[in-house]
Amino acid sequence: MRLLLSLFLALLLNACATPQLRGTGDLGLIIERSSGHVTLVNTTSRQPYARISGLGDLSHASAVYSRDGRYAYIFGRDGGLTKIDLLEARIVKRIIQSGNAIGGSISQDGRIVVAQNYTPGGIKAFDADTLELLSEVPAEYAPGQFSKVVGLADTAGNKFAYALFEGGEIRVTDFSNPKQPKTQRFPAGKQPYDGLVTPDGRHFLTGLFGEDGVAMLDLWQPEKGARKILENYGRGEEKLPVFKMPHLRGWSVAQGKAYLPAIGRHEVLIVDVATWKEVGRIPVRGQPVFVMARPDGRQIWVNFAFPDNGKVDVIDTLAGQVVHRMEPGKGILHMEFAPRGENVWLSARDDNKVVIYSTETFAKVGEIPADSPSGIFFATRAARTGF
Amino acid sequence: MSASNWLIGLSLLSGAVFAAEPDAQRQKELVHLVRQDCGSCHGMTLKGGLGPALLPENLRDKPAEGLAATIYYGRPGTPMPPWSQFMSEAEAAWIVDKLMTHFPE
Repeated sequence: MRLLLSLFLALLLNACATPQLRGTGDLGLIIERSSGHVTLVNTTSRQPYARISGLGDLSHASAVYSRDGRYAYIFGRDGGLTKIDLLEARIVKRIIQSGNAIGGSISQDGRIVVAQNYTPGGIKAFDADTLELLSEVPAEYAPGQFSKVVGLADTAGNKFAYALFEGGEIRVTDFSNPKQPKTQRFPAGKQPYDGLVTPDGRHFLTGLFGEDGVAMLDLWQPEKGARKILENYGRGEEKLPVFKMPHLRGWSVAQGKAYLPAIGRHEVLIVDVATWKEVGRIPVRGQPVFVMARPDGRQIWVNFAFPDNGKVDVIDTLAGQVVHRMEPGKGILHMEFAPRGENVWLSARDDNKVVIYSTETFAKVGEIPADSPSGIFFATRAARTGF
Repeated sequence: MSASNWLIGLSLLSGAVFAAEPDAQRQKELVHLVRQDCGSCHGMTLKGGLGPALLPENLRDKPAEGLAATIYYGRPGTPMPPWSQFMSEAEAAWIVDKLMTHFPE
């Protein structure tokens, strides 16, 4: 009887404490890089609703989401991996998994979170529930030599594709048996700096810094090996200095074409994804960093490396040219589209705010204060390959 | 070189460095540049990233002039670009001096 009574009381208390039920489809987070905070946001109200501290060094931090969109896994520069509950607005678990990390990814089935590391170079797989270490694959490319890992992307079958900066190779690690991963290696080219997987999960592309070109692996036919596309796109021209490495993650494949940042040129390269041949290039106002397609593919938004990081150019994919140029704030580091693309959120690091613009009218529709904001990650990423 | 000459040389050198010290506002700008923009490769806390770590213990054995030249002229064959359009050589030397001792927040 006493047991029943206490159970009843517990239920009653629980009922009082339970917040209103809600989904997470319109929630997201903003990384505040210098103070170790994340601000949780609602993309419907376009307002913050909570702020969480204690996430360590968040420079270059990124996030992936659990399948249900409730938990975010945040990869910090200091090797921190933090699991956050968006509904309860709290840290569920936090571990330090390496000395120097650069991001991560989550498996197709949502059970494995993989972090990519610079020091010590390699990848590590964790149980998405508990963050328990399952296995690790060092990025040893020659005896005793370890490479920084870049461009880690989730692909079908709990396989992850990535590239080795010093090692110059693409790797595919299969975690279908998460404690005994199997890795395939493919020579790729000089200094891969980042990578992406196409929306269908078929092709992994890695941009090369050490040569003009992009290496591509067909994940449906990996036995064919990696091949170069866009070789010598600079045609021997003197490269402009690159004051920040472009990012490829956050694919921009739209209307059968891939839009990619050129390295050392103020251009966006256009590639036909059927033939993987260059079909055009669009001059822009700086070294592109992010070249991101609006979810419907009609627009491509481009931000730039220092010293042009206050500018944003918008390409209309139908017109094939820049149709809008804006200066939305100082130090524009990242952009994230509302799930169906009616708005875009831009982090203005040096203005300490995130600004929200309509992609239809280019009018500013909102603003959220944030301390040195960098990455913006919405929970709808949970359902997309390569995010 | 005699000890007195060496002392004169040293004082001249430190005088030159002192004269080249950027004013407070410019120092603030340079610190911001290093932490935020150099930080995109070297890490905001300068512990390294795609580029090497720039903490005093990483730089200790390297000649300061060489480091200043790397900032100013870049390092061909690596992703390190030249920063000469954004600062003077003296400012690059000031950054190196701060990196080798204690870099301001």
